[in-house]
Amino acid sequence: MADSLSADGSNPLQKAKRFLCINRRAPYGTIYALESLEVVLAAAAFEQRVTVLFMDDGVFQLVKGQETGALGVKNFSPTYKALESYEVERIVVERESLERRGLAPKDLVIPVEILGESEVSGLFESHDILLNF
Amino acid sequence: MALLHTVNKSPFERNGLESCLRHARDGSAILFIEDGVYALLRGAEHATMVEQAAPRCSMYALEADIAARGIEPKRLIDGVKLVDYYGFVDLVVAHDGVQSWL
Repeated sequence: MADSLSADGSNPLQKAKRFLCINRRAPYGTIYALESLEVVLAAAAFEQRVTVLFMDDGVFQLVKGQETGALGVKNFSPTYKALESYEVERIVVERESLERRGLAPKDLVIPVEILGESEVSGLFESHDILLNF
Repeated sequence: MALLHTVNKSPFERNGLESCLRHARDGSAILFIEDGVYALLRGAEHATMVEQAAPRCSMYALEADIAARGIEPKRLIDGVKLVDYYGFVDLVVAHDGVQSWL
């Protein structure tokens, strides 16, 4: 049916949305980080195009060497290593957020794409759906 | 009269640390717990203000919260003593009161 096609000839119903998941909280003080991770895995499992962004205190989610035994809560940081196999398109960390916290990319559990503030601003515009945690 | 102050929120998100450091009198103790421990990261934005208060207040951090967040003790600013949960209780008992900067 011609009228169901968009201008470029693609079927809009089949076009995956671009999701940006914005993580701004430290991992254990609140439930946000864990909830976000579950949403990202679910979205990726449904073959959506997902970018995960870590900024502000969210960068603490990726810090290596988390040992939560004494707290009695689950250490979910190893799960970030699964994002690539779930075909999450991009994993982005804001450079300034790392620097303010005395952290460097080598302190993180996975290799990430480091972007500066102005490039991060562009992410908010280049995605269809913004999910904040 | 010496109080124990506890700080449990990230200094990047809340101003409890600043208020604590403004109000903690000389000779009091400050215990960093939960997300409050991020104030102690060497090279991070809040390290200097905590270091400046360290000569007049004893600084402690809860070991379990440091470990959970992947912070090795060597990444902490100098002069912070680590305590376990029993040490937390000992600090409460040893002081005249507890002010929790929630």
